[in-house]
Amino acid sequence: MLKIINVHKTFNTGTINEKKALCGIDLHIKEGEFVTVIGGNGAGKSTVLNMIAGVYPIDAGKIILNGENISRKPEYARAKYLGRVFQDPMKGTAAGMEIEENLALAYRRGRKRTLKWAISKEEKVKYQEELKKLDLGLEDRLSSKVGLLSGGQRQALTLLMATLQKPQLLLLDEHTAALDPKTAAKVLDLTETMIAEHNLTALMITHNMKDAIRLGNRLIMMHEGRIIYDVQGEEKKNLQVKDLLAKFEQASGGEFANDRMMLA
Amino acid sequence: MSGLLLSMQGAVSQGVLWGIMVLGVYITYRILDIADLTVDGSFALGGCICATLVVGAGWNPILALIASMVSGLVAGAITGFLHTIFEIPAILSGILTQIALWSINLRIMGGKSNIPLLKSDTVFSWIVDATGLTQSQVSVMVGIIVAVLMCVLLYCFFGTELGAALRATGDNEDMIRALGVNTKRTKMLALMISNGLVAFSGGLVCQSQKYADINMGTGAIVIGLASIVIGGVLMGRLHSFGSKLSSAVVGAVVYFLIRAIVLRMGMDANDMKLLSAIIVAFALWIPVATNKWRIKRSYSEGGN
Repeated sequence: MLKIINVHKTFNTGTINEKKALCGIDLHIKEGEFVTVIGGNGAGKSTVLNMIAGVYPIDAGKIILNGENISRKPEYARAKYLGRVFQDPMKGTAAGMEIEENLALAYRRGRKRTLKWAISKEEKVKYQEELKKLDLGLEDRLSSKVGLLSGGQRQALTLLMATLQKPQLLLLDEHTAALDPKTAAKVLDLTETMIAEHNLTALMITHNMKDAIRLGNRLIMMHEGRIIYDVQGEEKKNLQVKDLLAKFEQASGGEFANDRMMLA
Repeated sequence: MSGLLLSMQGAVSQGVLWGIMVLGVYITYRILDIADLTVDGSFALGGCICATLVVGAGWNPILALIASMVSGLVAGAITGFLHTIFEIPAILSGILTQIALWSINLRIMGGKSNIPLLKSDTVFSWIVDATGLTQSQVSVMVGIIVAVLMCVLLYCFFGTELGAALRATGDNEDMIRALGVNTKRTKMLALMISNGLVAFSGGLVCQSQKYADINMGTGAIVIGLASIVIGGVLMGRLHSFGSKLSSAVVGAVVYFLIRAIVLRMGMDANDMKLLSAIIVAFALWIPVATNKWRIKRSYSEGGN
């Protein structure tokens, strides 16, 4: 489904701030896999997601999605395959536009924008039904500005927007990290439901090791631009947080104790 | 008293005709969140093209207005090109086009700095001849019809898929790119539509005042911003998109009314640009100041 082959990325090449973000990433994801990604700050987790989405070009390697080499396609052209939710709840929605307008923009992800009306009547009914499933009372506020919603509501809406038009791959970049624990749990539940309901293939970055173990059917751990641990099936189900900690300590030589992953 | 009324009528007619330019500025400044300084150049461009075609080439005045609009589309495309392909900051891209247009406008007018349309037919003279109304009544009438038409067209356009993508580009560029929109293209399109309207307005103003001048666009952007700010203050409570568009035109009318009044009170016409700049500066400062004042007032050392 998704094949990442020997992808390299260095930021600020040739300057004092040179940073090797990805050093030869190889990753094959199969249809229907829900992969959780963990790793310390600067491990390259977000960079992997941004490379897949095409936020910046890669230095070397190939990214192949369903047989198509998308390595050199611009971000907007890859959008038709990808649903994305960002860490910052402000980033995934347009604050000055109405809830239904945001949904209509997302419903047309990857399609040519024409001079037809931006929202049809039938769509509004569909949106109302979909919003009801979020159980946040948004179904009665279709024409409210998104800027009036809380961070959790906005993130739930972004999640709905990302899946409204079934994506080939769903990219979740620490999408609950900026929310309070209760809201984060709710958004995470929604994520699980949506992925199961639509049978989505997903890649989710998280800083919470318990979530990483509990959710999904595959887990990868990154460190300094490399994938250092890749586990699935029974082995993943039996994983404990202490196993992951041990694994990480082994890879990083003890520096892990300082990392914010400890807090999770 | 009749003198006052007459100058008020003149002000309203100028207001609606310039209001079409303000609609253009509204698209870039409010919707795209860019201050596009091409406006000064493209307004004069519209006027110069219109005058040259009507006087020099004997064109039908309506066709000349269409040519004005097209020239504005091209000017906007150039700014868009500088901004999206050369990746020059929007303000600087606008300034570059504006400066370049000054030379181009002089070339268009064959090196002359102004062209009078005294003996030529204009849209306005046609209607004056046909109806017997005064020049300024006809200007008000034509201005209102065209302004309403443009508001309706823009309202419809921004309600389409493409228009919504354009609004989203101004609201959250990263998001709409993640939803598959080439934001370079939407920005280019917005700049083109905006400057098309501005140049069209320049052509209308040129026909109504019966001359085109190389300097007729100087300070247009400030007039545009002042009108948007005034319109926002007067109609800020209305939230529908249609009322926001019309607030731009209403703002322009009020701006020219204020101008007519202060001029009648004896202010030097040349000081008007200074006054406009001061109005805009204060209007932009007021929200900042009230916010700071609120924060200061809500602070207490002991907490509640």
